[in-house]
Amino acid sequence: MPTPRGLWITCLILPALAVMLLFVAYPIVSALAYAFYHWNGMARGEFVGFRNFYDVLFTEPYKSTVQNAFINNVIVFVTLMVVQNGAAFILAYALWREFPLARFHRIAVFLPVVLSTVIVGYLWKLFLNPLFGIVNQTLKAVGLAGLAQPWLGQSDTALASLILVNAWHWVGFPTLIFLAAMQRIPSEIYDAVRMETESEWVKIRKIIWPLVAPAATIVFVLQFIGSFNWFELPYVMEGMSGSPYGNTDVLALYFYRLAFGNPGAGSSDFGHGSALAALVFIFITVFATAMTLYLRRREIEL
Amino acid sequence: MTPFAKTFLVATAVAGIAAPAFAEDISFWGWRVEDVPQYEEFIDTFEAENPDINVNLRMIEAVNYGTILSTALAGEAGPDAMMVRAYGSFESVASGGYLMPLSEENVPALKDFPADALKAETLRADNTVYAIPFASQTMMVLYNKDVFSELGLEPPKTWDDMKAAAEALQEAGLYAFANGTADAWQNEVITFGLGSSTMGKAFYEDVMSGDADFTDPRFVDALARIKDMSQYFPDGFIGLDYASSQQLFATGMAGMFVGGSYEIAAMKGMNPDINIGAIPAPVVNEGDEGLVAVFYDGGYAGNAATEHKDAVLKFLNFLASKEFGQAFANELSNISPIPGVTFDNPDLEAVAELNKTSMPYMMLVNFRFDQPSGSTLVQENVQKMMAGEATPAEVGATVTEGLSKYYEPFQNN
Repeated sequence: MPTPRGLWITCLILPALAVMLLFVAYPIVSALAYAFYHWNGMARGEFVGFRNFYDVLFTEPYKSTVQNAFINNVIVFVTLMVVQNGAAFILAYALWREFPLARFHRIAVFLPVVLSTVIVGYLWKLFLNPLFGIVNQTLKAVGLAGLAQPWLGQSDTALASLILVNAWHWVGFPTLIFLAAMQRIPSEIYDAVRMETESEWVKIRKIIWPLVAPAATIVFVLQFIGSFNWFELPYVMEGMSGSPYGNTDVLALYFYRLAFGNPGAGSSDFGHGSALAALVFIFITVFATAMTLYLRRREIEL
Repeated sequence: MTPFAKTFLVATAVAGIAAPAFAEDISFWGWRVEDVPQYEEFIDTFEAENPDINVNLRMIEAVNYGTILSTALAGEAGPDAMMVRAYGSFESVASGGYLMPLSEENVPALKDFPADALKAETLRADNTVYAIPFASQTMMVLYNKDVFSELGLEPPKTWDDMKAAAEALQEAGLYAFANGTADAWQNEVITFGLGSSTMGKAFYEDVMSGDADFTDPRFVDALARIKDMSQYFPDGFIGLDYASSQQLFATGMAGMFVGGSYEIAAMKGMNPDINIGAIPAPVVNEGDEGLVAVFYDGGYAGNAATEHKDAVLKFLNFLASKEFGQAFANELSNISPIPGVTFDNPDLEAVAELNKTSMPYMMLVNFRFDQPSGSTLVQENVQKMMAGEATPAEVGATVTEGLSKYYEPFQNN
C-alpha cells in the first residue's frame, strides 16, 4: 500500500516520465527497430535481422564512406583536444593573471558559445568565400595573396577550416572551466611556489596543470561526444554530401544522408541509416562511459 | 427492427445515394510553396468548371515534402491528389502501390504527351504511368545579353568561340563564368550543361544499349574540354558556393553561367533588369548539333486509396489539359510538356526552342534509381577533377565502375 506521500511523489513524476518516454525513449527504440528492416520510408519493408549492421561495416558502398567518416571524426576529436584545449588553457591562464581588460576579454572569449551553430557556420562560410571573403581579402591586402585559398573547396584545407571554426566557436567553454579550476587553486600553494621559482613554465607544469587537470575530465568527455555527433557545422558549411568529394564527411552526416537521401536523388534508406546511427550511439555511450570511469580513477590518484 | 432503426437506415441509404450531388472535398498536396497564389487560381478555374468539387490545397516545404508525403501515405492519411517527383524519387512513392494507375482510358490526354515526359513518371517494375508530368528543366549556358552586346560579342557556338568570348570578358574586367563547384550538385550541372554537345546523342544511346560506357572518348573528351574551360571560372571557384555564383551572374559581374532553365526566373528575381540569353552546350566543330540536357521535374498523381476516385480523375484530367498547361506556362514561367502549349514569354520561348535539339540529363534520368547514383558519382569525381586531383579518364573509369555495381550492360566489360 503506497503511502499518501509516495503517491503524491509518483503523481508529480508521472507527467515528466510520460514526456520522457514519448519524446526520448520511443524515438530511440523505434529508430533502433528500423535498423532491422529494409525500409525506404513507404510500406514497412522486410525484416533483415542484423544485415544492415553488417552492411554498413563490411560491404561497399557503405564501408569506405563509414571508414572515411570515422577517421574524420577521430581527426576532429584529436585536433579539438589539442588545439581547442591548448588555446583554452592559454586563454584561461591569461585571464586568470588579470591581463588588461580581463573582464572584457572574458566576455569576448565566451561570446561565440552562445551563437547558434547555423549562424556561426553561415558567417564563416561568408568569411571564407574565395572571392569576397574577408579572410582572402585581408591576405591580399597585406601582400600575402599567395596564401589566399578556396578554403572550403579543396581537400587539404576543408576539414581543417571546419575544425578551426568549431574550435573558435566553442573555445569559451573549456576556457571557463579551466579558469574556474585555476581560481580554486589555494593561494598559499601558489605563493609558496612563487618564492621558489620565477619561471612561469615551472609554475604551470608543477602547480597549475596538475590542479586543473581533474576539471578537464568533463571537457574531454563532452568533446568526445561532440566530435562523434558532429553534424550542424559541416552540414551548414559543406552541405549534405560532405564536399569536397566526401572530404568533410562525418558519421552523423552520412547516416542522415542515408536516411533522407541525397538532395534530388530521393532514395531513402532508413534501414542502413538507422543501423549506422545505432552503432554510433553505442560507440559513443561505451567510450564516453569508459573515459569517464578511467579519468575519474586517475583523478583520485592525483 | 424498431421503427426508429428502420427510418434511420432508410435515411442513411438515401443520404448515401444523394451524396454525390453535394460538393466533394478533395485534398491536393505539393511542394511549390512559392507558387501558392498561382495554384489557388488554377484551382479556382477548375472549381468553376466543376462546381461539385472542392480542392483543398496544401503546400509543404520542399525539403520535407518527400518524408511527410510518404509517411502520410503509409499511414493512410495521404492526400487525394498530390505532386510527386520524377525518376528515382518518384519510384520510391509509386512502388508502394499508393498511386492510382493512369492510362489513356482514364486520362485520354496522356496519349499526346512526349514519351520522355511519361517515362519520368513511369514505374519501371510494371511499366505503368502514375503521374501527369508538369514541367521540364533544361541544362544549358546562360549569358548576359547586355554585357555581350556592349562588348560586341556574339553568343558562342563552338568551344573556340566560347574561349574567345571568355578572354574578351576577362579583358573587360568581368568574370567570364560565374560558376563555382563547392556545392557538389553544381558539378553535374556543369558536366552536362557544357558537355552535352561534345558527348552527343549517339553516346547517350550507346550507353543505354551497353555499347559504350563512361570511359568512352566522347565522354572523356567532354570532361577534358570542361576542365580546360574552367580556367575562365572565378579564382578559387572550387570553394565558391552556388549562392555566390548566382549573385555573380545576377549582378552582371560575370558574362556566362552554366545552369538550368529554372535560373532565369531566379536571376530575374534577384535583378529584374537582367537580360538573359540561353545557348546550348558548345560544339567541337562548326556545324555540329548544339545540345541541351533535359529532364522532367515532377508530376500530378492520384491516391490509389482515395474515396473520391471520380473527382480526383476529373481533377487530374484538368491538370493534363492544354488549358491548364497554358496557364501553368504563363503564370509560373515553366516549360509545360503538354502538347500544343505556346510560350508567350520570350525567355521561355527561347528555352522551348533549344529543347528541340536535346538529350536527356543522363544521370538524373537513368541512374538515380540505385546506389551509388550516377549523380553522386559524377558530382564527386568531377569536383575532384576540377580541383586537379583526378584526370578526365580517371573520372570516366570511376563513374563506370560505380555504375557497374547495378547497371548490367557495364558488367560484361
